Amino acid sequence: MSYQWNWGIFLSPAASGDGTYLSWMLSGLQTTILLSLSAWVIALALGSLMGVLRTVPGKWLSGLAATYVEVFRNIPLLVQLFIWYFVLPEVLPFGLGERFKQDLDPVTQQFVSAMVCLGFFTSARVCEQVRSGINALPRGQKNAGLALGFTLPQTYRYVLLPMAFRLVVPPLTSEFLNIFKNSAVCSTIGLLELAAQGRQLVDYTAQPYESFIAVTALYLLINVVVMTLMRHVENKTRVPGYLGGK
Amino acid sequence: MHDFDWSSIPGALPFLWEGMKVSLEITAIAVVFGILWGTALAMMRLSPVKPLAMFAAGYVNLFRAIPLVMVLLWFFLIVPQVLRGAFNLDPNTDVRLTSAMIGFALFESAYYSEIIRAGIQSVPKGQVSAASALGMSYAQAMRLVVLPQAFRNMVPLLLTQAIVLFQDTSLVYVSALADFFGAAYKVGDRDGRLVELLLFAGAVYFAICFAASQLVRRYQKKLNAHVAH
Repeated sequence: MSYQWNWGIFLSPAASGDGTYLSWMLSGLQTTILLSLSAWVIALALGSLMGVLRTVPGKWLSGLAATYVEVFRNIPLLVQLFIWYFVLPEVLPFGLGERFKQDLDPVTQQFVSAMVCLGFFTSARVCEQVRSGINALPRGQKNAGLALGFTLPQTYRYVLLPMAFRLVVPPLTSEFLNIFKNSAVCSTIGLLELAAQGRQLVDYTAQPYESFIAVTALYLLINVVVMTLMRHVENKTRVPGYLGGK
Repeated sequence: MHDFDWSSIPGALPFLWEGMKVSLEITAIAVVFGILWGTALAMMRLSPVKPLAMFAAGYVNLFRAIPLVMVLLWFFLIVPQVLRGAFNLDPNTDVRLTSAMIGFALFESAYYSEIIRAGIQSVPKGQVSAASALGMSYAQAMRLVVLPQAFRNMVPLLLTQAIVLFQDTSLVYVSALADFFGAAYKVGDRDGRLVELLLFAGAVYFAICFAASQLVRRYQKKLNAHVAH
């Protein structure tokens, strides 16, 4: 069996009428990046909040945060995505689900579901990292903060979190890389991100190798760019005197 | 508000169980092969032979940089062609399960190799020196001294990775292979009860993975207590 290579396929006009197949790839890349970055904002905000809750005194709040982590860690990402996309709009009260289905166009529905899903999924991982960062600090830091007359929230805000966040930059880097990789799962609900564009291109052109090689190369590119950027951030935030610090 | 109707689940249980068997099969094959090939990769990466170390590093970094969905799409494209070419298979033979197993095994071995490499490196260097002082070769020192200790420390991490892997097998959905999740989706789609079936699938995955991770945690505690004495 011989395969007819045709790299010119990317420059030929796409079946959709406007632009070339290359423009499909680039729009997929754009969606992947937008999706991952917006989900990362959710993950970081929610994950930090939950991470703090896991370390506060009192059983209720830390128990709540622990349950949250277990739920999002023990259900496959694909199942979570389908629940956000197919189930939630059906069961939301006060007609919110109806409004979601009727007022938003399908592409926005897919994007919002994917973003929220990836955000919550990743926030459980971020939560665990933030918690381990806070727990890695010497106990005396919190006591010293309280002894100086800070309230508990102030102690977190001015003493614990600034240090904890600097300690957990390296593990957060790997979660940040994961969110880009996990975003490929969102192709399953029809969101036209990078992997989905690659599959669509195969359907239209029957040139699977060119398409998959291009998509894989773009994911590798994302990986390299993110790693380079994060290495810079890691160098800036490293804490002298700690493992890996100067 | 949605009216729940769970009545299509009891009748579908045998079909769902068939799907669960597919999920478990893929998990088992990928764990066993992943640990074997992952160990080989880890030892290559730590070996003083440069080309071997470079190959292993390239392999691991490549697989870890690509989304699993993309890796699976690659394997569903390539494996059928290779198998058909090599064994003269009938073009209609369903090789999706084989493709999925090969894909998961090769993908997971990259992640396993990183866990195992860290495990090997956690064994104090003096152990290797002591082994060679006793007259053991490098291979003997690895097999008889380093690896047994490394694996004991690694068991919890290897098991946790197996739980992650079990969850990831749901991604064979991209090939329409009926694993547990695929089966649940099909039943829900057929009966117009997608909401119930998806929630059921989520609950089953949660029950299995939560129970498994609690067991791993318990084992880890026992191990820690043992090491402390």
